[in-house]
Amino acid sequence: MIDYSEKIPNNVNLAQDRTLQRALEHWQPNYLQWWRDMGPDGSQDFEVYLRTAVSVDPSGWAHFDHVRMPDYRWGIFLVPQDATRRIHFGEHLGEPAWQEVPGEHRANLRRIIVTQGDTEPASVEQQRHLGLTCPSLYDLRNLFQVNVEEGRHLWAMVYLLHRHFGRDGREEAEALLARRSGDPDNPRILGAFNERTPDWLAFFMFTYFTDRDGKYQLCALAESAFDPLARSCRFMLTEEAHHMFVGESGVARILQRTCEKMNQLKTDDPAKLRAAGVIDLPTVQRYLNFHFSVTLDLFGADQSSNAALYYSSGLKGRYEEGKRGDDHRLKNDRYTVLGVREGQLATAEVPMLNALNEVLRDDYIKDSMSGVERWNKVIEKAGIGFRLAVPHKAFHRKIGTFAELCVAPNGEVVNRATWDANESRWLPSAEDRAFVASLMGRVVAPGQFANWIAPPARGINSQPVDFEYVRFN
Amino acid sequence: MRGEGAACVPASLRNCAGKGPTPGRGEGTTVNTPISPSQVVRQHLIDPEVCIRCNTCEETCPIKAISHDERNYVVDFSVCENCLACIPPCPTGAIDSWRNVLPAKPYTVNEQLTWDALPAQTELDRRQPGADGALPEDVAALAEVASAAEHGQARPPWSAAHPYSNLYSPEHAAIATVAGNHRLTPEGASTEVRHIVLDFGHIPFPVLEGQALGIIPPGVDETGRPFHPRMYSVASPREGERPHYNNLALTVKRVTHDRHGQPVRGMASNYVCDLKKGDQVKVVGPYGTTFLMPNHPGSSILMICTGTGSAPMRAMTERRRRRMALKEGGELALFFGARSQAELPYFGPLMKLPKSFIDVNLAFSREPGLPRRYVQDLLREQGEKVWRLLNDDNCYVFLCGHKGMEEGVIAVFEELAKARGGDWPTLRRELLAEGRLHLETY
Repeated sequence: MIDYSEKIPNNVNLAQDRTLQRALEHWQPNYLQWWRDMGPDGSQDFEVYLRTAVSVDPSGWAHFDHVRMPDYRWGIFLVPQDATRRIHFGEHLGEPAWQEVPGEHRANLRRIIVTQGDTEPASVEQQRHLGLTCPSLYDLRNLFQVNVEEGRHLWAMVYLLHRHFGRDGREEAEALLARRSGDPDNPRILGAFNERTPDWLAFFMFTYFTDRDGKYQLCALAESAFDPLARSCRFMLTEEAHHMFVGESGVARILQRTCEKMNQLKTDDPAKLRAAGVIDLPTVQRYLNFHFSVTLDLFGADQSSNAALYYSSGLKGRYEEGKRGDDHRLKNDRYTVLGVREGQLATAEVPMLNALNEVLRDDYIKDSMSGVERWNKVIEKAGIGFRLAVPHKAFHRKIGTFAELCVAPNGEVVNRATWDANESRWLPSAEDRAFVASLMGRVVAPGQFANWIAPPARGINSQPVDFEYVRFN
Repeated sequence: MRGEGAACVPASLRNCAGKGPTPGRGEGTTVNTPISPSQVVRQHLIDPEVCIRCNTCEETCPIKAISHDERNYVVDFSVCENCLACIPPCPTGAIDSWRNVLPAKPYTVNEQLTWDALPAQTELDRRQPGADGALPEDVAALAEVASAAEHGQARPPWSAAHPYSNLYSPEHAAIATVAGNHRLTPEGASTEVRHIVLDFGHIPFPVLEGQALGIIPPGVDETGRPFHPRMYSVASPREGERPHYNNLALTVKRVTHDRHGQPVRGMASNYVCDLKKGDQVKVVGPYGTTFLMPNHPGSSILMICTGTGSAPMRAMTERRRRRMALKEGGELALFFGARSQAELPYFGPLMKLPKSFIDVNLAFSREPGLPRRYVQDLLREQGEKVWRLLNDDNCYVFLCGHKGMEEGVIAVFEELAKARGGDWPTLRRELLAEGRLHLETY
């Protein structure tokens, strides 16, 4: 029996909702079992300094405490309902937002929610061994914070399935716990979530690039006509911000450390820097190329009738839909997309509605680039003349029209032989990965950091950097 | 630097004057006095080097004071009301950045949009917001830590008397004479706490209950510089430890062990504890403009403290005790924790106070033969009363002691709120906004 108000902080009146309670009573033990099986490896007894959301109020965020992760209070939060909210795009523009799922959109909405929900446990699975090689207690705590919040995002989606989709929803909720990242027989739905996250550089790149895809998807769903979905996603975005912070600051700290060494040794020779135990900048660039390109595939095909349908029927809007000045129906609008013509890259004007995946992808690229510029400032500040850059959007794509081409990071179309000859310059090679893996030792003394990463500028929740963020028992 | 053996450090040192008129405070009167153009105010900024542009702050701000362009997120000084709703959700801490500015010359939005980094600190940042003089940097840094839990939101009670602040700097310190120094805890107790009386002779050194001062030990540190001042809360009421003499009292613990229990000889606390009658001491301050008692008749005070955190509580209690005959009303409730009865400063006098005057609740965590009890346990047991006082517009809450105690106490407040269908974060905000919650921990 669950004490609902205590164990599951919520603002969905769970204590009074018998149907939902029954569904969750069944699902919650399975979730905890999944956490024990697939959550962070060997961490069940650690006391971690975690932030728990206890209310949707801004101050509900400031709840920090040392907790054992299986006791983390995974809550269900939606931003408060605005009774006057109206649908602001698509065919139903101007009608009241839906509080229940309309029959005709049931299958599509379920699919959207399941696809979003599936990524959440997937990333926990991908990251489950990283704790064994953490570069510091501070980073270990950040990893676990990301993990429990991904867990909470799963809860958010499962709440919607249980509350609004009846038996189908319950079955889907169970299936979310059954799929496994990288399992050939029962994989996670999206490709990038079946890739391994083998080391901390990959983890930081993942949280920077792939969680940013999460941000854009959540932003688009936060516009949805289906109000409970919109309100759930709006709340999840606050947590997603922390994940991107972990990625952005993690990479920045690696760069800072490498630059320190470069200045100290007065060299940019990767071999010398590797011998000194830091990650050379070209390797960082190759990891960046990989994670950026793999994440671009998550946005789906560049021209998609599904995307048009989702938009027109009000299920999924654009990034910052409410701030855009057009007619929010887009029937007569066009969008320039980059495609392939006779084996070369070429632009084409297509109906905007069919290009909405591309619109979201382009917004994402712009946002990604601005963070990379901030990384460059770290390098620049150290007085080093190297610049990181996101690769061309046609580079190393597996989904969409570019999948058939070989494209260099600078956007030049190359033949297969050229690709093969340069692949190890453009993407992390087995040797790169082995080198990064060789650096991954475990540092758990408070205030100590692995040699390859600089300490952060400030601690979590105004705590000192040498705070005991994780207590081992 | 942290004052070893320090009673407590005034939260109010970093209090901002706000941007509107500040209520002038006399006893029981309010007069509106506008900020003078030479007074500094705190401007809320976002550190562009740390910000990751996640938009959470802009999303959270209830009055749209935050906006962004392609490059930076910025706070509009003319709109921001320092409600601090944006602070907890920020994943990076970039949002918690502040500079002192003159009210007529804040950093404009357009200026902020061009920044790659926060502007360097200026001479204004050495000043106490709301005051005209410069505050010693180390004093400001101490206060910053002590009052972290208030997130800069603290305000004095509306009826607090107007405090004098920062009259004496390290360069122009006041010289006081030691008029008395006696041990409060018995010989053989594991801690030595002393009651020290300083006489200022003809030098003006006006203080209010809750304010602190700094003592500068003689000599120089290992780098050859004079020592920083160590901060101590005043333990006597405004008219003096001995009324109508220009004196005041301090409560000082001799530091013999560091935080981790390793033996260490606290340089400053040992200096102060060893002072002899007639010795002369260099004093700076007074400091603190918000951790101040209410003066209006009928106001109640809820005091929660541990160890030498009792100093300001003693000052307030003593002020009320001396005015008992005036029958001004209001409740006093004290929750006081120490290791054992023997180590509770002022235990004897406290026990002589009538029950009708003050409700005293004591917790001992190391009393031989008894289970460990903490201030939090007492608060929990008296939950009904504590909750009533927290919700009483006329009750002012003061907490002073170790950081660890603060966390435990806040957790009890949360429990009490939850059990009664209330919401602590909301209440906390109201208490801070009304000058009814004061936290000082070290």
